[in-house]
Amino acid sequence: MTQLLIQMVAPLIIALAAVWGMAKRVDVYGALVQGAGEGLGVLIKIVPAMVGLMTAVYMLRASGAMEAAGALLAPFLTRLGVPPETVGLLLVRPVSGNAALGVGSELIATYGPDSAIGRTAAVMLGSTETTFYTIAVYFGAAGIRKTRYAVPAALCADVAAFLAAAWAVRWWFG
Amino acid sequence: MAMTVIWTGMVVISVVYGLLAGNGAAVAAAAVEGAAAAVELCITMAGVMCLWMGVMEVMKRCGLAEKLSQLLRPILCRLYPDFRKDRETMDAISANVSANLLGLGNAATPLGIQAARRMARKTPGVASDSLCMLVVCNTASIQLLPTTVAAVRQGAGCATPFDILPAVWLASAVSVTVGILAAKVMARAWRAGK
Repeated sequence: MTQLLIQMVAPLIIALAAVWGMAKRVDVYGALVQGAGEGLGVLIKIVPAMVGLMTAVYMLRASGAMEAAGALLAPFLTRLGVPPETVGLLLVRPVSGNAALGVGSELIATYGPDSAIGRTAAVMLGSTETTFYTIAVYFGAAGIRKTRYAVPAALCADVAAFLAAAWAVRWWFG
Repeated sequence: MAMTVIWTGMVVISVVYGLLAGNGAAVAAAAVEGAAAAVELCITMAGVMCLWMGVMEVMKRCGLAEKLSQLLRPILCRLYPDFRKDRETMDAISANVSANLLGLGNAATPLGIQAARRMARKTPGVASDSLCMLVVCNTASIQLLPTTVAAVRQGAGCATPFDILPAVWLASAVSVTVGILAAKVMARAWRAGK
């Protein structure tokens, strides 16, 4: 029942937004199409970054270097309950959103979206942000030179998210 | 610039390690495969992504997004006590959090920046406790529906791409809580250290 309800979240939200919009006399279909068009624009911006990154990720995987790095960090990550295959994701996530999406997509495609690794990668992607980009944008826009404790506090949240992602997947899927 | 270093590093390590480990041919093949796979992946997730951007637009126009903003006011007044009476700043923060919850990253950033600039007026050049809190809350994801990830999972052949939601919510909640606590503790430590 819970599982079904969760699967239905997306269609229910779509239906709710449509009905609400109609009640408010919004041109629902027009808005939908316009938004979808903007989605295409976002996608066009993602493609070049994905090509660049997935090329590098594929090369890195084929070279065997990733396995070597993973093997080095594996005992440490395993002790914390994190699948060692996700090590690449941990390293790029705070720096580049598109890079993390590339690495994460690759993990999901390789191990399967319903594998423990694929799920952990998906939850990691879904529960973190591109920390350094965000900090740079906000402090840049506000003209802040003394950032005080913002960076360490944000990194605490990132580390917590990665650990919690692995633990949450085990809790939810058993 | 950071990406230049990371990307170049990845490529150089692949080539050098691949040659040393005797995987040179595999690396060469992988470069071509990777580029093709990237475009394929983008095409498989294009439909879902456009659909969600469309739904978000409907929510924005019919005022659902604004409703969410009103709900958030009580929580936000606790997180940003210095700006409780500054209505315009609070509005910007609410809109920023709502957009983050809805996964409207493109809308969240300009709204958050608006709040950050207003906050910085009080303490030019220095990140105040409120501003640090704003940044920490924006670096921790609170997106309710991680649609991009769901699209990737669907593209990879997953029949129920949203079945990870409870795990995502739990991980996000832990992350945001740790971030807020860290910011609070560090704010106190910073003042004590001065």
